[in-house]
Amino acid sequence: MKKFFGFVIKEFRHILRDKRTMLILFGMPVIQVLLFGYAIRNEITDVKIAVLDYANDYMSRELTDKLLSSDYFILMDRLNDESEIESSFRSGRVKEALVIEPQFANRILREGKGHVQIIADASDPNMAQMLIAYTTAILTEYQMSLSHTKPAGVRVIPEVKMLYNPEMKSVYFFVPGIIVILLTLICALMTSITITREKELGTMEVLLVSPLKPVQIITGKVIPYVFLSLINTTTILIIARYVFGVPFAGSYALFYAEALLFIVTALSLGILISTVSRTQQVAMMASLAGLMLPMIMLSGFVFPVSSMPWPLQWLSNIVPAKWFLTIVKGIMLKGVGFDYIWKETLIIIGMTLFLLTLSAKKFKIRLD
Amino acid sequence: MNNGFVIQAEKLTKRFGDFTAVNAISFDVKRGEIFGFLGANGAGKTTAIRMLTGLLSPTSGQASVAGYDVYRQSEIIKKNIGYMSQRFSLYEDLTVYENIRFYGGIYGLSDKQIIEKSGRLIGKLGLEHARNTCISSLPLGWKQKLAFSVAILHDPAIVFLDEPTGGVDPITRRQFWNQIYEAAHNGVTVFVTTHYMDEAEYCDRVSIMVDGRIDALDTPAGLKRQFEAGAMNDVFIRLARSQPAEKS
Repeated sequence: MKKFFGFVIKEFRHILRDKRTMLILFGMPVIQVLLFGYAIRNEITDVKIAVLDYANDYMSRELTDKLLSSDYFILMDRLNDESEIESSFRSGRVKEALVIEPQFANRILREGKGHVQIIADASDPNMAQMLIAYTTAILTEYQMSLSHTKPAGVRVIPEVKMLYNPEMKSVYFFVPGIIVILLTLICALMTSITITREKELGTMEVLLVSPLKPVQIITGKVIPYVFLSLINTTTILIIARYVFGVPFAGSYALFYAEALLFIVTALSLGILISTVSRTQQVAMMASLAGLMLPMIMLSGFVFPVSSMPWPLQWLSNIVPAKWFLTIVKGIMLKGVGFDYIWKETLIIIGMTLFLLTLSAKKFKIRLD
Repeated sequence: MNNGFVIQAEKLTKRFGDFTAVNAISFDVKRGEIFGFLGANGAGKTTAIRMLTGLLSPTSGQASVAGYDVYRQSEIIKKNIGYMSQRFSLYEDLTVYENIRFYGGIYGLSDKQIIEKSGRLIGKLGLEHARNTCISSLPLGWKQKLAFSVAILHDPAIVFLDEPTGGVDPITRRQFWNQIYEAAHNGVTVFVTTHYMDEAEYCDRVSIMVDGRIDALDTPAGLKRQFEAGAMNDVFIRLARSQPAEKS
């Protein structure tokens, strides 16, 4: 046991002495959370718009005010002529323009309908779509407020409620994803590199000839990463909580137990990669291309799995990150207990056992 | 070991599928002997060493190392041998002392033993000023000396040196061999592979492997007599030539 302990200390030294490793280990979680949290947002705030108000009556002003008081939009240009719309877009000053027809209030009062035109900059299609959706929502709301004073025919009024993330903040969605990616990255990538490094340097030979057992060597190499991953997970949770105000609905104990399970999964992936790669470069490429990409693409972190074609949907089932992401979201955002995620947990346990057996076998073959 | 032999191999064989890497080799190594284990690349040296150090299980034949059976007692064998390869196997990002402590630790030395031995070792090598320096900033010759000292830190019965002098200049090599002599003088058996024929001359006895078999085994003087050669180099070339089918 003392031998083993000395080995773990040696591993910690390797990690703490290597500035690059330290940067990856401790800089990356912080940078990723801040990046995803601040820069990459799906919701819109303070989008600059132009308004061309031909009517300029009390209703058109009411409508404009409503739009601008929403936090989503700020008025950049007040236009006087249709010809100015084009130049506003071209200069990049605005992303959306709202045109209100002449006699807006009169028409609504007399004919029961008024026209507005929404023009959006679709060079960024996703953004344009979101702008239209937000604007339309506000228009509908305004229309409803009018119908209170002037009742019309029968109408279905949907009342939408967004569960678990009422303000539709994308950071809620990113935080579980980042946890999954980081655990994969640190555990799988770093362990595969650290094991192949010993092979490359020739020290693995010496370790294998020593009284240390192979299983002690491998365990000793991965234990520091288990600790560091747990520290990192905690860092992410703290930033998410206190910088972005992401709530943590479920049980911390359950969360950490599941995280530990997934860490073992990722570690066994890393060990497996290290048994088949001879050099650190190969290990790194295999981890990045073979693990990170599928994990990011197919886990449901970036693209929803349900809208993928069926071969990809099927493929996503063998990506452990997909199941872990479901678990993390469940615990963090929905606050579910174990009875809701036992199936996912069981699947990950099965995958882990399979990977561990496989890498143990591979390791033996390599020795012979 | 009681009979004075530290390694005894009897028809030791290793087959990988159809390929016979080591073909029924038999030899004995005496205590305190410097035993040169020569052979061209691919002759089966590495496979033989791996069997003796407990990394590989033999296909057939018998062998004991330090008195323990290679089939059943490989874990005990590992405690009683030292190993050093061409790549010196020190950790570049650890200091001199940390390397000594690490290797001492995995061979089960106590803290007290490690402190005592490392102090003596650092003093003997004249590395006091570099005790807390990372290995990466040491010159090659010192790394090599330190690697050898670390390999015999736990007082093994036998130390395996796998091409320990590859890529080192002649003066450093000569100094390294002085270190080997000293270890042998202190009772450590040295089992060394090399490609340098002048080094073969320094050994007490030399075996030459060709194509998985040991084709010659004697003192360097005896081998030169037997093959009517002036130097070990000629012995080696004559043996390797007589085997056109040899893989390299």
